[in-house]
Amino acid sequence: MFDNLSQRLQDTFKRLRGHGRLTEDNMRETLREVRVALLEADVAVPVVKAFVERVRERAAGQEVLTSLTPGQALIKVVYDELVELMGSANDALNLSARPPAVILFAGLQGAGKTTTVAKLGRRLRTRDHKSVLVASADIYRPAAIEQLRKLAEAVEVEFFESNPRQTPVGIATGAVEAARRKVLDVVLIDTAGRLHVDDAMMQEIQAVHAAIQPVETLFVVDSMAGQDAVNAAQAFNAALPLTGVVLTKADGDARGGAALSVRHVTGKPIKFLGVGEAPDALEPFHPERIASRILGMGDVLSLVEEAQRTVDHAKVEQLTQKLKKGKGLDLEDFRDQMLQMQRMGGLSSLLEKLPGADQLPAAAREQADDSQIKRLVAIINSMTPEERRNPDIIRGSRKRRIAGGSGTQVQDVNRLLKQFTQMERMMKQLRKGGLQRMLAGMRGRMPGLS
Amino acid sequence: MIESNSNASAATKRTGLFARLKEKLAATRRTLGEGLGDLLRVGRALDQDLLDDIETALLRADVGVETTRLLIDDLTARLKRKELNDASAAYRVLRQGLLGIVQPAGRPLIIPSGTKPYIIMVVGVNGVGKTTTIGKLASQLKASGRRVMLAAGDTFRAAAVEQLKVWGERTGVPVIAQHTGADAAAVAHDAMTAAAARDVDVLIIDTAGRQHTHSGLMDELKKIRRVIAKVDGAAPHEVLMVLDAGTGQNALSQLEHFRAAVDVTGIALTKLDGTAKGGVLLAIAKKSGLPIRYIGVGEDVGDLREFEAEEYVDAILPKNE
Repeated sequence: MFDNLSQRLQDTFKRLRGHGRLTEDNMRETLREVRVALLEADVAVPVVKAFVERVRERAAGQEVLTSLTPGQALIKVVYDELVELMGSANDALNLSARPPAVILFAGLQGAGKTTTVAKLGRRLRTRDHKSVLVASADIYRPAAIEQLRKLAEAVEVEFFESNPRQTPVGIATGAVEAARRKVLDVVLIDTAGRLHVDDAMMQEIQAVHAAIQPVETLFVVDSMAGQDAVNAAQAFNAALPLTGVVLTKADGDARGGAALSVRHVTGKPIKFLGVGEAPDALEPFHPERIASRILGMGDVLSLVEEAQRTVDHAKVEQLTQKLKKGKGLDLEDFRDQMLQMQRMGGLSSLLEKLPGADQLPAAAREQADDSQIKRLVAIINSMTPEERRNPDIIRGSRKRRIAGGSGTQVQDVNRLLKQFTQMERMMKQLRKGGLQRMLAGMRGRMPGLS
Repeated sequence: MIESNSNASAATKRTGLFARLKEKLAATRRTLGEGLGDLLRVGRALDQDLLDDIETALLRADVGVETTRLLIDDLTARLKRKELNDASAAYRVLRQGLLGIVQPAGRPLIIPSGTKPYIIMVVGVNGVGKTTTIGKLASQLKASGRRVMLAAGDTFRAAAVEQLKVWGERTGVPVIAQHTGADAAAVAHDAMTAAAARDVDVLIIDTAGRQHTHSGLMDELKKIRRVIAKVDGAAPHEVLMVLDAGTGQNALSQLEHFRAAVDVTGIALTKLDGTAKGGVLLAIAKKSGLPIRYIGVGEDVGDLREFEAEEYVDAILPKNE
């Protein structure tokens, strides 16, 4: 997400870098580009105006004009302002209330409330070791309650039975009561999607809020939302004492201007980012990182965090021992590595967070397709254990069988074996001559290492 | 006599429908229409300030930078050529500009009686209202006397199959479904066989919502289309892409990706009611050149409407002002 915005700003600043100094003239042009970029990113018009005005004021000040690299200085101003606009830091959930802590979800139709409830339930259960109950007060959309029931089952949290003949207030209070009886830590209340101009529906959710007094009231908003996100956020914020925002579907290519707008008009922190369909695709929102991403500085911090969380330390240890003993790698290790990568969100998600990755040509980025990894894993899965340990024995007829079994071509099997041989050779060099020799071997093949 | 009576009642019905559309698009009219109307009515001088205000009004309604620029450039050029004498002339030019953009998109979906079953494949990103649109469409088609069948091709999202089944029960239309997690292409295949066997006129195939940037999921969608085409070479006869009017400029990116993957032939724009967001329709019409088949302006079954360009422009920028 935010790809195009960072692209635009970078193009603008590249042009600016060409000029030696910032003048009245090129400043106006740059700010116009910033304005257009933000508008195309669906940042709301009033927010854009306020933003550009602030950047203009600061840019006209000493810090930019006296800088030897005014372009850099202006990028810093835009970055700082973006961070500021999106809130200064990630705010965690406040669960310190007397249990059960009640969290109410609200938003427009199709924003992703139900999915978010399930993801957050899972997150609270697995990371924070909370006992969680979820309930659906959506008595309107067909099978909405059924959807939450199934999701609750999948993420292994408790589900409060409800049906469309009950009232939303009745369901919500019933769920909180049930959680209290069972001494659970957290209750998540899903509600029906509603238009912010629908008075009756807004009154309904106010009534739900009043009845259960949630400690957190989260506004769920689609990161693809357009100019009207501002009006919706404003209306929900006026009707309910919101405590935070969840930005969903941030795994698409939406430029995410809604994030900036919603934050600006509600003043409420964006707490989470939904980044995919998997139940664990919910990340804490870090404004600095998103601002960095916008400006193409990469998001290395979340990458490191992700690695720490998902890497299977036992397996790593096993592999290290094996290499120490002088045994070579085999294809099972190779497969473990790929699966590891996939657990970290796959190649494309990794790439998105790397600095400078957005400057790769779009075609190259699309190549970083996770289906490649899937295919490699499928090929290895179609081998016998013997073949995985001794890839040398894989000849013609075995290759054909493996290709058939994995739905690939013999060429694909060959390519995999070649990649594996290369990796093996690299590991051998590593053992013999250490890291230096390996780097020497790679020099010239990789930019930036010479 | 009878004929003239029914004509009159058809006319009343039409005005009734238009009044409802106008009411539903009231907010769009307020941001876009009256915003512009006010700007252009109060005897303001036609100058750069006014153009800036018009630009802002268009941008705020999600018309998008490019389409807005197009409209503004036209006004600027005419202003320079001294073609615009007063604000109402500017209003007329702008109205004409909007009409010029949306008119080519006003091509309704016509289901030929000779094609049987007529296959509609419905696609879109998550949460745009695909299943709801299918439910309403099925209900309308059935009311017009067609034999309709639905295929629950969203086998991914929890309870999506159940959601479509509820619509099936409500409208009395059979739903071909397998369990969640089943192969969507297989569901489509089964449904096509069943539709042919049961003499169905229109088969509507639901699909799971997916982000257009996930190539794996888009490949799966291509496969569904391939399987449909394998059963009937001419099918799907319509690939209807559902877009959420609340989406900003990303709607264009969605459309581009889905078009490349499954050759979209028509658009349904949902959730157009009540709020200020009608402008994205202009951006879509301008940039895609695809027909906008339906607009969704409310929760009722009748609120899924065939898109009529002139009616739409009339609803947001009334002619006689």
